[in-house]
Amino acid sequence: MSETEAFAGGALAIAARVRSGELSARVVTEAALEEIAASEPLLHCFNTITAERALAAADAVDAKVLAGEDPGPLAGVPVALKDNLCTRGVPTTCSSRILEGWRPPYDATVVARLSAAGAVSVGKTNLDEFAMGSSTETSATGPTRNPWDPARVPGGSSGGSAAAVAAGLVPLALGSDTGGSIRQPAALCGVVGLKPTYGLVSRYGLVAFASSLDQIGPFALTLADAAATLQVIAGHDERDSTSLAHPVADLATELRRGVEGLRVGVVADFLSEASGSCAAAVRQAADALADAGALVKEVAIPELLHGLSAYYLIAPAEASSNLARYDGVRYGLRVDGDDVQEMNARTRSAGFGDEVKRRIMLGTYVLSAGYYDAYYAQAQRVRTVILRSFARAYEDCDVLLAPTTPSVAFPIGAKTADPLEMYLSDLFTIPTNLAGHPALSVPFALGEEGLPVGVQVLAPALGEGPMLRAGAALEAVAAPGARGPVRPQLGGPLAGVAR
Amino acid sequence: MSRYTITGETGEWEIVVGLEVHCELLTKTKLFCGCPNAFGDEPNTNVCPVCLGLPGSLPVLNRRAVEMAMAIGTALGCEIRPSSFHRKNYFYPDMPKDYQVTQYDEPLNVEGRLTLVDGTPIGIVRAHMEEDTGKTTHMGGDGRIHGADYSLVDYNRSGVPLVEIVSAPDLRSPEQARSYVSELRAILVATGASDGRMEEGSLRVDANVSVRRFGGEEFGTRCEIKNLNSLRSLVRAIEYESRRQVELLERGGSVDQETRHWNEVEGRTSSMRSKEEAYDYRYFPEPDLVPLAPPAEWIAEVVAKLGLMPAQRRERLASLLGESSEAIEEQVATVIDLGLDDLVVATIASGADSRLVMARAANEAAQQPDAARQLDPERFGELIGLEAAGTLSATQAKAVLGELLTNGGRPADIADRLGFKALASDELGAVIDAVIAANPGEWDRYVGGDDKVAQFLLGKVMRETKGRANGKLVAEALASRRG
Amino acid sequence: MNEPLSKDAVAHIARLARLELGEAELSRFAGQLSAVLEHVEAIQRLDTAEVPPTSHPFELVNVLRDDERSACLPREAVLAAAPAAQDGRFRVPRILGEAP
Repeated sequence: MSETEAFAGGALAIAARVRSGELSARVVTEAALEEIAASEPLLHCFNTITAERALAAADAVDAKVLAGEDPGPLAGVPVALKDNLCTRGVPTTCSSRILEGWRPPYDATVVARLSAAGAVSVGKTNLDEFAMGSSTETSATGPTRNPWDPARVPGGSSGGSAAAVAAGLVPLALGSDTGGSIRQPAALCGVVGLKPTYGLVSRYGLVAFASSLDQIGPFALTLADAAATLQVIAGHDERDSTSLAHPVADLATELRRGVEGLRVGVVADFLSEASGSCAAAVRQAADALADAGALVKEVAIPELLHGLSAYYLIAPAEASSNLARYDGVRYGLRVDGDDVQEMNARTRSAGFGDEVKRRIMLGTYVLSAGYYDAYYAQAQRVRTVILRSFARAYEDCDVLLAPTTPSVAFPIGAKTADPLEMYLSDLFTIPTNLAGHPALSVPFALGEEGLPVGVQVLAPALGEGPMLRAGAALEAVAAPGARGPVRPQLGGPLAGVAR
Repeated sequence: MSRYTITGETGEWEIVVGLEVHCELLTKTKLFCGCPNAFGDEPNTNVCPVCLGLPGSLPVLNRRAVEMAMAIGTALGCEIRPSSFHRKNYFYPDMPKDYQVTQYDEPLNVEGRLTLVDGTPIGIVRAHMEEDTGKTTHMGGDGRIHGADYSLVDYNRSGVPLVEIVSAPDLRSPEQARSYVSELRAILVATGASDGRMEEGSLRVDANVSVRRFGGEEFGTRCEIKNLNSLRSLVRAIEYESRRQVELLERGGSVDQETRHWNEVEGRTSSMRSKEEAYDYRYFPEPDLVPLAPPAEWIAEVVAKLGLMPAQRRERLASLLGESSEAIEEQVATVIDLGLDDLVVATIASGADSRLVMARAANEAAQQPDAARQLDPERFGELIGLEAAGTLSATQAKAVLGELLTNGGRPADIADRLGFKALASDELGAVIDAVIAANPGEWDRYVGGDDKVAQFLLGKVMRETKGRANGKLVAEALASRRG
Repeated sequence: MNEPLSKDAVAHIARLARLELGEAELSRFAGQLSAVLEHVEAIQRLDTAEVPPTSHPFELVNVLRDDERSACLPREAVLAAAPAAQDGRFRVPRILGEAP
């Protein structure tokens, strides 16, 4: 079996073979670890590789299979975790100097759930520092490169996870999405990225950026793998007050339901803001859905374009408070000072990078006396406006179709000098977060420079079912070669598995 | 009550005080996590990711803490409203997240009232929920914050549930402030939400103090005084601070709105502000928590479980005791404080003499409050009956009560065992006659109308009978012999 | 409100946020933050007089836990993570002012 074939089956295929005893989890894990190590110098997807723990976990899965016990639905599947998910005893850095050396004493709920499902965590992936960025360039450990073109960014903030899946290093990865941090890098790397309904997946153990917007979700090469992962990590968690008690639908069934009669709205307002290939991909996708029996029409939701401004007031405000705790007292970095104030300030100045400092200051400013109403409160009202405008659109649409990004992957360094320009990368993904809705990005076409283009499917709260139905229909007709794995300068994916 | 004023060089000044009382709730666990809410444990042993503010941790609200907060609100006559939590942002090493989760513009309890024992109503603006901070210990120097070399932080207290009760600026004297805190403390203890211990810090008082010309309408600029660890500190600090403000204003100065620290040893307040520090709390809704809107049924459940409050207990006793006096008021305060009023009420209900029940409860039973709270009102009533009938003298009744509280039993049996037999009336008569014969001068004066001598004669009789005589009967016998 | 942030304003914000910034950083951030604020100020022109604020996407209420104990962390582990500890406590440099 060739490497590509091994990977084409994806996570669920690996799990099936491990469960049947045909393939050992150790062999899969060793292969993944080898590929990761080989890719690191070029791509830098990982902050930490947990080889020993991974092999031990793989052996435990194999032992269960041998003993005739159920090793779980993701048995033996290597998974990469964004380095803002707490892992017991394993460094969790958020790609920030300020968390240097910190090892959480607990696992995030999603980490525990993946592990209970038999998945094998192989390491922690690179991200924009504290998930603040759209290119993974603000990482204190250096940028991750896009496997499609190492001179370009993978997107962000979950760039390490997206690139690792795109490069075939792992079939699955978790990311977090506050304003598009799963969907945008998924689109730029040619993989599936899914941001669930706010509250569907527990945030316990996700290092907070903007608490009312953050949500954890999967990256995979196929929609089926992403859905299976979501099925494992979703569900109520009593340790997260914002976790929904709602039962999770059977997502695999939804995937097979087809789009006959599904009402699809194309968000016209976004098309004019997107590059040629990104807009064209959405039009093609709309046609494809119509051909498959969906009822497609254009919808105007101009209010969504205000989302970006509201987001860049709300998210930094919450972040300024969430990141106050990094003060050099209890964990992480300390730079000493003559008194505690000085120690706090020196620690934070040395520990945070520029983008994090900018957002902390922006957030501090918009919450400060005299500005709260004009900025923060107004942004919250705009949030209501966006929720209402979505609600209007969903009165006669089941899902919405939009570009994921305004353009294909941009060169490393192209937007670092102009924060505002960088922020605009999230224009199409942000409204979803403000509304708490689910959305996914499906790799659909090849655009400028032969780079992948994603199409975004948006759905109302808990609309993961219809969202996946539309996504599956798009996946079925996506341009050949529009999705990973691609590894221009490396061997094939999971090369060791077959041997 | 008499008006309290400060006489300055330019005239009379009135003080205006509002109090903020922080009350630690007696829950088993902290407000947002399952760590024990305990005082005095080894430092940093009652901590977890949530109350240490570790990255990724999230708070979940303690149901019991909400119930206690609602009980406090109800006891203070507040309206319980839909509420929410905010973050109050400021850096301080005793605060693990560098923000405090508290209720801001939507507190749980609003607009209540506390009536002082003297009947003065004091407005309650709000009683809201929040989390406590950790504790810092200053090392080097003299253990105080100024001059310390470094500090050590213990987060055991971090996240302990608090209710902050904010009074209206209705208090007009240091004594009123003391009376307010003392009544509030009794109410908090009565709700079961607090142990009321100021010295352990489970009840902490901050005072907002301002002064104005007597009879003025406008409020002056206020200072907030912290570190008031006892009722005595509260009174002294208000006295000091109001005088300081009057002197400042009379010299033509102005009061800065600021927080001041009470120094018990030096007996003065001083500014707490560190020079460069400017606080701007940047309150905003806590996104990790959802709103708290207790449904009517839940509120009703809490209200139904609430026992009688001190004022109600006082009223209940007053109605049983008839005309009051200072001594009786003191007795009432004592039995309520010690939780003996239920015993008193039940014993009186069984037909016992109310004044006598109060006296024995407040004086003797109060010496052993734990045992007294367990005392069967019927037995207590039997004892009071024996004393009232003259079967036991006061001295004997006290001894029997002591035995009853320590070992139990029936009062009549105890009296027998202790050899307390009532004097036969002929035996008593003989003793009285003997005393009259032995003290002819005093007897003549008594017969001549000098009632003060009665006490002397009575004492002699009591001594002769070794306390077995009933004083009331002796007095009656003396009076009848006088004719 | 619509003028760009001055360097002084940025310095004040940095103090509130406990960040120590040099002159060059202050100037750079003043420019960058002003640009962002100018962009986002567009929403101030929206008429939202009748619109209530949303601080949370869903209207969950009364999420509560029972008053029951759960495990604490071992103190050694807690203090091992600390930059400085002494006598079972976290050690910090001297504190200049009382808590507000």
